[in-house]
Order: sequence, then C-alpha cells, then structure tokens
Amino acid sequence: MNNGGVRSRTRAAIDAPHLRTDRWWLAPAATAAGLLAFVVYSTWRAFANADYYAAPYVSPFYSPCLAENCETMRGGPNWEIFGSWWGISPAILILIFPLGFRLTCYYYRKAYYRGFWASPPACAVAEPHKKYTGETRFPLVLQNIHRYFFYAAILVAGILSYDTVLSFRDEHYAWGHMGLGTLVFLANIVLIWAYTISCHSCRHIVGGKLKHFSRHPVRYRMWQFVGKLNARHMLLAWASLVSVALADFYVYLVASGVFDDPRFF
Amino acid sequence: MSGYTAHFKVWRGDGQGGGLEDFKVEVNDGEVVLDIIHRLQATQVPDLAVRWNCKAGKCGSCSAEINGRPRLMCMTRMSVYDRDETITVTPLRAFPVVRDLVTDVGFNYRKAREVPSFVPPAGVGPGEYRMFQEDVDRPQEFRKCIECFLCQDTCHVVRDHEENKTAFAGPRFLMRVAELDMHPLDAAAETGLDRKKTAQDEHGLGYCNITKCCTEVCPEGIKITDNALIPLKERAVDRKYDPLVWLGSKIRRRSS
Repeated sequence: MNNGGVRSRTRAAIDAPHLRTDRWWLAPAATAAGLLAFVVYSTWRAFANADYYAAPYVSPFYSPCLAENCETMRGGPNWEIFGSWWGISPAILILIFPLGFRLTCYYYRKAYYRGFWASPPACAVAEPHKKYTGETRFPLVLQNIHRYFFYAAILVAGILSYDTVLSFRDEHYAWGHMGLGTLVFLANIVLIWAYTISCHSCRHIVGGKLKHFSRHPVRYRMWQFVGKLNARHMLLAWASLVSVALADFYVYLVASGVFDDPRFF
Repeated sequence: MSGYTAHFKVWRGDGQGGGLEDFKVEVNDGEVVLDIIHRLQATQVPDLAVRWNCKAGKCGSCSAEINGRPRLMCMTRMSVYDRDETITVTPLRAFPVVRDLVTDVGFNYRKAREVPSFVPPAGVGPGEYRMFQEDVDRPQEFRKCIECFLCQDTCHVVRDHEENKTAFAGPRFLMRVAELDMHPLDAAAETGLDRKKTAQDEHGLGYCNITKCCTEVCPEGIKITDNALIPLKERAVDRKYDPLVWLGSKIRRRSS
C-alpha cells in the first residue's frame, strides 16, 4: 500500500485504506472469476483445433475459417486466404477480432481494471499502485482504437449470422430443418448482435457525435435506440460471452460424439 | 417502530491529526445520518464541525463518507443500517481536512476555473437563444449536478494519487466540458477552442479508466460515465486517434 492517496499528510488521519463494511470484494472477485473461466475455456478450445464442426453447425470460435487446414464445411464459412503455411489452429486468426473488441470495450475495461488490476478494486477502496497514468500512455492509450474493433466485430457478427442461417439445414445439408443446435445458434446470434450494437463506439458513430440532433432525425432515432441497448451493455456483454461459449461447447459435444443433436424437423 | 441508541464513530481532528471517536446517540424513526450528527452537536460535542445547508439533497454541502462510502449525510436514512451496526462517519478522504467533517474542497473550484465557459453564438443576443429540446436533453442531464463533489472524492485518479490533481480535472469537470461540447449554441469551435481536444490535452480525460465510481456515488443519478465521459472520450478519439475521421474532416468541412 502506498503512503500517499488517502493517507497523504493533509488528509484526515486514518490509517485504514478504506472503511467499507459491505462485501465490496464480491463484485470484483466474481468478475475476475467469470472472466478467468472464459479465458481458460476459450484458450483450450481455440488451440484444440478439433471438434469444431458437426454438420450443419460450426463453432463460432472457428468461423470464418481462414486457413487451408480447416475442416471442409459444405456451404460453410471456409475462406482459405491464409493458405497452407498456417500450421496451428485457424481459430487464432479470427479470434483476435472479437478478443480485441471485448478487450477494448468500455464495460470490460471497467471489469478487468477492477477485477484483475485493482485500479480501483471497488469505489473508495484504495488501490495498491504507487503510480497511475490511466489511459494516457502506451499500451493503454491503444484502448482508443475500440471503434476499429467495433467495425471488425460487425463483420464477424455478419458471418456468425450466416452460420446461423446454415444451421437451418440437417446433417445431410438439406434445407428446412431445425435442431436444438439451431436454437442455441439463434440465441447466440441475437445476443452477439445486441452486444455489438449496444457498444459505446456504435452509439457515438450513429449519432452521439452530433451537436444538433434536430438536423438529423433519423440518426437521432438510431442514437436513441442504441442508447436503450447501451444501458444494458454490461448485461449483454456477459450474456453474449456465455452464449458464445455455450454455442461452441454445444458444437464440441456433438462433434466429439458425446450426444446427437436432437432434431425437431 | 421506536427510538433506539446507535453506536457512532465520528472522525474528529484537523490537519495536524485526529482520529475516530465513539459515541452512543439516540436515533428516532425517519431520521437521516445528518440528524444524528446534529443531535451529537446538540447534546455531546457542541464544537463538532460539519458543513450542511438544505437537508434536502440539493445543496451538496453535507458530503461525507459513511461506513467508507461517499454519500450525502442528509440523504442517508438510518433505516438502511442495522440497529446494532456501528456507523462510521469521516470527512471526504480525497481532500485536505479542515476540521472534523469539514474538508477544503478548493481543488474543485480551481478545476472549475480551468474550463473555458460557454461561448455565446455570434449575432444572437441575450434572450434570443432558441434551441430544440432534443438538442439540449444531453447537457440538461448534466445540469442536475449539485456540486457535492462526491464523484471527485471517490475517483481513484485523484483520491489515490495526489500528484494527479494537477493534470486531472475529475469527473465533475470533464462532465462540464462534455456539457459545453454538446450544447447546441456553444460557439467555442468558431473561436478556435476545440473542447474535444482540450478535454484530453488539458483536462486529463485520458486518466479516466471508466471504472464508474463517479456514477455509483452520484446522488442525482447522473450517468456521468456513460453519458458524459465515454462520449467525450469518443469525441477525443475523433480528434486525436482516428485517422479516418481526421481525413473526413479535412475533405468535407460540415457542421453537425
């Protein structure tokens, strides 16, 4: 603990770094545990390079599949722009974009600054760092490129929407069928879009940057709509994080033969 | 329900030193923490220093920290605490203490003076200002601020790092910059003052790591982070970190 901050010479002489009596540690601890669980799971799945395709479902971690070593997915998101020289899991090529989107997201920044970096751990609880420069210097100044990851996230969400449409086929690629996996994919894509659209950068781009809403009625409406979603950005961030992991896990279970996808019609 | 005796710990002292003192004090139905502090003054410690005024959550005077959380004493009901709970009241811990529960909040007034004020539009006289409600909705939310400085107190950028007080204006005054930059009639840009750029360069917007404590403690419920600080960060990105927006602004100069 530093001797400055709340224990600076001019401030009220109180030794304790904070006097909170509630369970202030619970929220950052739960956040850190949740994020850590996702990091462990997604790292395993991203590097596994196996069990990511079970017709007609492709794991969202491997879509689009950009290398030659991808499994062939009939009518699916194969796009071999990286050719044969790419030897490791093709998931790495695409996960950089959603990872960057979430890492620079204004909600996740709050979550991991509090949960992992204790900066601050909770409101009015002294942080353990002697110096603090926030997002003024490299590397954290790069948080300012969030909007570019937002553009990439739009493309990724578009491709995952295409995958969801493909899930209306059966295992023989015939159209007009649905299984439990289709519902999992539908729920996932709705949450992915809701999280992506509710982004603070999106809110700025569609209308927040304007000075006069009255001169741009359509953008004003769009800004209001995104604003309503934006108020639930945290909820959507967690819901979509869980749903994307569940969608991947569902494909893993089907692809690895743990169970057969129940078909509705 | 009936009255009971509560256990209070109240910080007493001044810039030279001090500490928490224990008190047993009567509490009645419907009372708030400020009532109890006043009862202490009236019955046990007549020289207890406390700043207060309206007792209605509108003047922003009675800011303090209650059980370690920055709050208005007049808006903190005793009923939210268990009867056997010890209630600790200290002065704001981000500012120099003057005496007992009174702190020197001059830092905030210095920062207020650093924000260039509203620039009236050319050719429009007082009383002739006309604007659409949808254009002033955003700045009006920020005008609810009662300047209690709880957000300034809880912000770790200055609370935990005294040295940042020079560079960082704090959430209240970054919100003021946002308010002016979003104001439909502010003509600062026409005079060469780019508030989006100065927010980052002169008022320390980059220090904010959007951990939302300012929003959590605001007694007026202003969404400081989501509606002021993050939009201001995005505006600063337009000016300083987004080459496409910069290029677009060079190609077509159009007022928005």
